[in-house]
This record gives sequence, C-alpha cells and structure tokens, in this order.
Amino acid sequence: MPPVIFNEKYSTIPMFSHQARLKRQAVFDLLFRSLTRVSAFGVLALLVAIIVSLVVGSMPAIHAFGFGFLTSSDWDPVNDQFGALIPIIGTLVTSGIALIIAIPVSFGIAIFLTELSPRILRRPLGIAIELLAGIPSIIYGMWGLFIFAPLFADHVEPWLNKHVGTLAYIGPFFSGPPMGIGLLTAGIILAIMVIPFIASVMRDVFDVVPAMLKESAYAVGATTWEVMWQVVLPYTKVGVAGGIMLGLGRALGETMAITFVIGNAHELSKSLLMPGNSISSALANEFTEAVGDLYTSSLIELGLLLFFITFVVLSIARYMLYKLGQMEGQAA
Amino acid sequence: MNILPNLYTRRRIINAVGLTVSLLAMLFGLFWLCWILFTLLDYGLLALVPAVFTQMTPPPGSSGGLLNAIAGSLMMTLVGTLIGTPVGILAGTYLAEFGQRGWMAPITRFINDILLSAPSIVIGLFVYEMYVIRVKHFSGWAGALALSILVIPIVIRTTENMLRLVPSTLREAAAALGAPQWKVINFVTLRAARAGIITGVLLAVARISGETAPLLFTALNNQFWSSDMNKPMANLPVVIFQFAMSPYADWQKLAWAGALLITISVLTLNIVARVLFRQSATTH
Repeated sequence: MPPVIFNEKYSTIPMFSHQARLKRQAVFDLLFRSLTRVSAFGVLALLVAIIVSLVVGSMPAIHAFGFGFLTSSDWDPVNDQFGALIPIIGTLVTSGIALIIAIPVSFGIAIFLTELSPRILRRPLGIAIELLAGIPSIIYGMWGLFIFAPLFADHVEPWLNKHVGTLAYIGPFFSGPPMGIGLLTAGIILAIMVIPFIASVMRDVFDVVPAMLKESAYAVGATTWEVMWQVVLPYTKVGVAGGIMLGLGRALGETMAITFVIGNAHELSKSLLMPGNSISSALANEFTEAVGDLYTSSLIELGLLLFFITFVVLSIARYMLYKLGQMEGQAA
Repeated sequence: MNILPNLYTRRRIINAVGLTVSLLAMLFGLFWLCWILFTLLDYGLLALVPAVFTQMTPPPGSSGGLLNAIAGSLMMTLVGTLIGTPVGILAGTYLAEFGQRGWMAPITRFINDILLSAPSIVIGLFVYEMYVIRVKHFSGWAGALALSILVIPIVIRTTENMLRLVPSTLREAAAALGAPQWKVINFVTLRAARAGIITGVLLAVARISGETAPLLFTALNNQFWSSDMNKPMANLPVVIFQFAMSPYADWQKLAWAGALLITISVLTLNIVARVLFRQSATTH
C-alpha cells in the first residue's frame, strides 16, 4: 500500500502542472482567436463608421435641401444654395465614356494575353499592363493636363467639331470651343486608368475556362475568334460583367486625374468638350476652402452619394465574381 | 460547292481581323504606358537636381526643393503601414483560419472587397469627420490614419489568399505534434505564407505612396520642415497637386521632379513585390 500512495503523490504533481500548461495554451488560443476576430470585426465597424460619419456630416444639407439636392443644378456658395445634379452627371458621363472606350480595349488585351501572345511574352506584357494600374492617379492628371489636353485641343477637338459636331442628334455633344479640358478628356484619361483593372479581371476569368471546352471547339474546326466569342465569353460572361462593374467602381471614385482635366466648372452643358465637374473633383477642389456649415455639409453629402453609388456598383461586381467562382467550383 | 469555300474564307477573315484588333488593343495599352513614362522621364529628369533633396518647398516664384515633402511622405507612409499591417494580417488570419463557420467571415470578406476599391477621397472625408474636426486641426497623424485605412483591405486580401495556399497537411502535422492552434498559425502557417504577405504589404505601400485624395483633407500641406506628426504635414502628392496647378514655372518644374520620384518608387515597389512573390512561388 505505501508504494501506491507514494506513486500517486508523485504522479499527481506532474499531472497537475501538465494540465495547467494545457489550460494556459487554451487561454492563449482563445486570446489569439479573439484578437483576430476583433480585427475582422473592425472592418465591419469601419464600414458602419464611414456611413454614420458621412450621414451625420451631411445632416445640415439633408435638412436644408431634402431630395431636391439630387435634382438641383444650383451651386452657389454665396447664397448658400447647393444641388448635386451637375457633379452627379459629370461623374456618370465621364465614367460612361471611360467604359465605352475601356471595355473593347480590355477585351482585346485579355484575348491577346490568353490566346495570342507567345508564352515568353505573356508574363512581361501582363506586368506592363498591371504597371499601368500602378501609376498614381495624380501622375495621370499631370500628364493629362500638360501633355494630353493641349494635343487633344489642337488636333482632335477641331476635327470632332468639324466632322462629328455637325451631325444630327449627336452633333451637339461634340461641338464647342476646343479647350482640351472637359468631360471628354476626363473620360478618355479615366478609360486609360481602368483598362488595366478590367483587362486583368477578364484575363483571370478567361484563364478559368476548362481547356477541354476550348480544345473541343478547336477540334470541330472553330477559329480562335469563334472560340473566344462562342465558348469562352458565354462561359465567363458573369465574371466579365463583374470585371466591368469593378472598373466602373474605380472610374466613379477616381479623383485626382479627373480634378486636373475636367475643368471644374459648375455648369450644365450639353457638349462633352465643355468643362464640367464630378463629385470627386468638386470635393478635392472645394472642401478645404469651403466656408460655412451648409457648404461643408453639402460637400459631405456629395461624398455620401459617391460612396453610396460606388458601394452599389462594387457590390454587384463582387456578387457576379463570386457567382463565377461558384460555377468554377461546380465544374471542378 | 462554292458556298463552303466562301464561308471558310469569311470565317478566316473575321478571325484575322478580330485577332489583329486584339493585337492593336494590346499596343494601345502599352502605348499609353510608354507615353506617360517617357513624358515623366523627359520632364522629370531635367528637374531632378540635387537641390530637390536638400531644400524645402519654396514660396511662389523662387527655386527650392522637396525635402520636407519627401520626409513627410515617408513618415506618413511608414506610420500608415505600421498601423494598417498588423490589423490587416490579424483580420486576414481570421478569415482564412477561423472563418469557416458562421456569418461573420463571408460578410467581412464582402465588405473588405468593397473597401478595397472604395473611393479614397471618401476615406479622407471620413478621417476629417472623425478626427480632424475633433482635434480642430489638420495633422500628419490624420494623414497616416487615412493611409492606414487604405492599407488594411489590401493586406487582409493578400493574407487570406496566401494562408489559403498553405497546404492543410502542414497544419495537421503541427497539430499532430501537439502544438496549440495559436502556435500552429503563428509559427507554421503564417511563416509559410510570409513571402506572399510581404508582397501584399509592399503592394499596399505602393498604393498609398501615390495617394493624394485622402491627404487633402487630413495632412493638408506645410511649406516648412516639420517632423511633428501633430501638425499639418508636407507630403509629395499634395505638393505635386498644388505646384502643378500653379502658374509658376519653378513650382511646375518641382512638381515634375516629384512626379518622377513617386512613379519610380511606386513602380519599383510593384516590381520588387512581384519578383519576391515569384521567387517564393518557385521555391515551394
């Protein structure tokens, strides 16, 4: 009997400390997990905080103008009358021009990178296009203002005036003094900026098309072009649309490049060659100089509108890309 | 008999035209890249004199440098990265390692993807509303805070992606040896994904070092040397904006020098990040 007691006595001490150690590890586990959880929760909190602070900041303007803010084209700091119509139209028009140019070009680039390019060139060319996305937007703005706009005013806009501006229906959009800066210039520069985003999403989604599908099409004699249009594009259309929406989200929120070349005029003009304003450029130009609560608050409401629009567009984009991801999962 | 050859020729012609157009699209994209880089070198190299690195930003009409702006940019980028990276890595770890069940991970992932491309000027407005108004002055801290909010989503995304690439057998092996989960993650999975995560951080630094919009309402600008993060702080992007829009030739020249500096550093960071990632991908 004594040896048993002896044994128990000695074995319980290490047992006890071992359990304590396990317990301590469990506490560490819990701590670490909570820490990561809190950080992830921080992202949600951040979104809520952004929305709340913008809503609170724009309350004076919401009270003063109500829904009329969205449809009024006034922008009169002296008499404290503000409306968002001109910046909203500017944002939508420039982004629209950007997409009209960027979608076909991005599609071409994606086809080239996935189907045509020699294998050795694929990577460097892909990187080159991605570098285009890396150039800071302020550089696009400077280049646009000093290099692109003067050339555009001297060579392209007179031609547009002469040949397109005289046409029925679309003519009025392309007539006006050739100043170089304006909605059209801003739209073109935006297009260059979003091409890399759309092109790299398109390339990525084209890459997920199962090789067997493409090979089958080639085997029955389809040309590369037919394979792209009738096999790859239908298979990836959700992802392609997602990429386009992603590019649109970028274009809507782009600030500095637009601010340099859009002309910052609070005027509503039919012509795309005339200076205009966008939500982001109005913010960038006027916010630090805005005097008075109502002025500041109107600008914050513009920011809230911009956030809302991009939020919706980007949500649709993500939803579409997730859907493509699910499809890929089912195929595999 | 003569319909078929016609059809074939037509299809071949359409194919050839389509592919030529896609080649042209590629050249179109490269054309802008080359044009912009060439312009930057053309104007920037001339303006890039030693004084740019040794003198402060000048008053209108006189020459000077960008020293205070360069220093301010470096400080705010550094602080922004230091704040944003740990939060981003932790949240990314949650999404990859703990987020298999429940509603929180999918929603966080979705929100994060939206914040990833949210307009940066709105982030500036947010920091203005939350911080600048309360302390009643623009400051370097506010600028760094705005930048850190841009860093977080990028780091979260890359951390999660990289952790998902780590094979589960590695986690299981560590767990089988009796390692608790926090040790498995910190000493095995995160370590295995290290190169990828560093790539993400570098890309985030590249992104914020060119950002102008969020700094306009937060750090503002400062014409003089200031290392006090609690005061308005000079920074390259805002100085470039201000100087480029000004009518003074000296200022515009400095703006080009600054533009060249920023672009070189951003593109270098991008390329280094890719090379680093590629190396880690080949050694695995």
